[in-house]
Amino acid sequence: MKTEQTDSTIIEPPKTTVKVPVIEVINLYKSFGTLEVIKNLSFKLYDGENLVVLGKSGSGKSVLIKCIVGLLQTDSGIINVYNQNVLALKRKELDEVRQKIGFLFQSGALYDSMTVKENLEFPLKRMKKHLSQKEIDHKIIEALENVGLPDVINKMPSQLSGGMRKRISLARTIVVDPRIMLYDEPTTGLDPITSDEISLLINEIQKKYKTSSIIITHDIECARATADRLIMLKDGEVYEKGSLTKFEKSTDEIIRSFFK
Amino acid sequence: MKIKIPVTKAKELARIHALKLSEKTIARQLATSSFLTDMADAVLFIVQLLKETFSRKFELHEFFRQCFKIGYKSLPLISVTGTIMGFVLTIQSRPVLVRFGAESILPGMVAISLIREMGPVITALICAGKISSGMGAELGSMKVTEQIEAMEVSSTHPMRFLVVTRVLAATLMIPLLILYADGLGILGSWIGANIKGDVSFILFFSQAFSNIGFIDLLPAVVKSFFFGAVIGLVGCYKGYNAGRGTESVGKAANSAVVLASLLVLIVDMIAVQITDMISK
Repeated sequence: MKTEQTDSTIIEPPKTTVKVPVIEVINLYKSFGTLEVIKNLSFKLYDGENLVVLGKSGSGKSVLIKCIVGLLQTDSGIINVYNQNVLALKRKELDEVRQKIGFLFQSGALYDSMTVKENLEFPLKRMKKHLSQKEIDHKIIEALENVGLPDVINKMPSQLSGGMRKRISLARTIVVDPRIMLYDEPTTGLDPITSDEISLLINEIQKKYKTSSIIITHDIECARATADRLIMLKDGEVYEKGSLTKFEKSTDEIIRSFFK
Repeated sequence: MKIKIPVTKAKELARIHALKLSEKTIARQLATSSFLTDMADAVLFIVQLLKETFSRKFELHEFFRQCFKIGYKSLPLISVTGTIMGFVLTIQSRPVLVRFGAESILPGMVAISLIREMGPVITALICAGKISSGMGAELGSMKVTEQIEAMEVSSTHPMRFLVVTRVLAATLMIPLLILYADGLGILGSWIGANIKGDVSFILFFSQAFSNIGFIDLLPAVVKSFFFGAVIGLVGCYKGYNAGRGTESVGKAANSAVVLASLLVLIVDMIAVQITDMISK
């Protein structure tokens, strides 16, 4: 027998948030000659989170994200991006996966022979072929406004400062609306103020574009400002993982040396 | 007289000697394998280049940009060297020809020398210095600053965008630059002839061209395409395969010039042999 229920009597089921992994790295190995850079590395990046990968130079951080986008061939293991193993994909399929991933290079990697506008146009014309020139121009201006540099559109990269180059590089990455962002040491070589600005920008991008991000860094301030979760690598292996609080409270000597 | 050495010292000496021998063997093996690896890399590079050249997607805009860069931007240098080439050749050969009363063959002789050999080879060597090193340095620095990787993650094949366009542009533009240098060389020759003599521009040019046949022009043009291809290929190969660090950029540029110049001379030697066999 049906009984009428008033609003006050309805009992809602408890909300359970299911974490969906967007990147899944399983038992990854990568070596250069006899030097093993990554050894049996496994982790997941969940939808909408900022995962900071910490570790000292040479611990395999940059190699890891280059393997994720297929820039480096791995020795063995699985890298699933949206449930597609990038290591088993053909060139065309890999290009399709890469369209979902934005990669901010450590050096910025702006094309020296092109203006800022041409730098932003380059990936757009190749990844978003359906867009008209008017739409492309609109997206370029929008991306430049998002990084706070709409006035440098016609400048050459050589005319920009280090921080500006990093921002333009970020604009070139977000202009194609990626769903995953990979940041390779986004604050390296920048002064503390500009580093803070870049960290804020990373958070703004996450909110605005709903991206999931892997941030490779050894800048602890950047990690503090951006991390939802952290992983520390040592000699190509996961040394520690967890929340920022867990890392901050850790008594381990190596972790403490980062969080002084 | 026998020299007595303690057993332990003898063993130590033998060990050091054996170590030195094994080091030498390893070094020799490494050098051989490195050479073979380099050769295999070069062959793979050419195979990939050919595959990408005939792929459907062609970077036309970048190709025209490279044509402009290689062709138009080299004009001042080629103009000066082409003119000097003809001028010097005339000044050097005129006294000898005057001594034998053969001054009238000067325009023809200079034109044949320029078109058959001097024009193509000297222009190609200058292009090897300017274009091949430029490509080596540009692609090398792009590699060091991760620009090639950035291109790859932007769904652009760097080989197609950077290498195919440059090699094709060099293959097309260098023959044109060589013909241009030949023409200016004859002009320089006329200037040289007029320093001590008096010959009209029209007469000099008609005499020069009346001595040039199809057999002079065709092999020169054909080999200049090969010069262009070699210059583009070597520059791109060295730049594309540059190591990490700024030092490798300099190395890439330097080795590109050396190898391209050497290959130009080797191609020329082969071309001369083939032309000689055909013309018999």
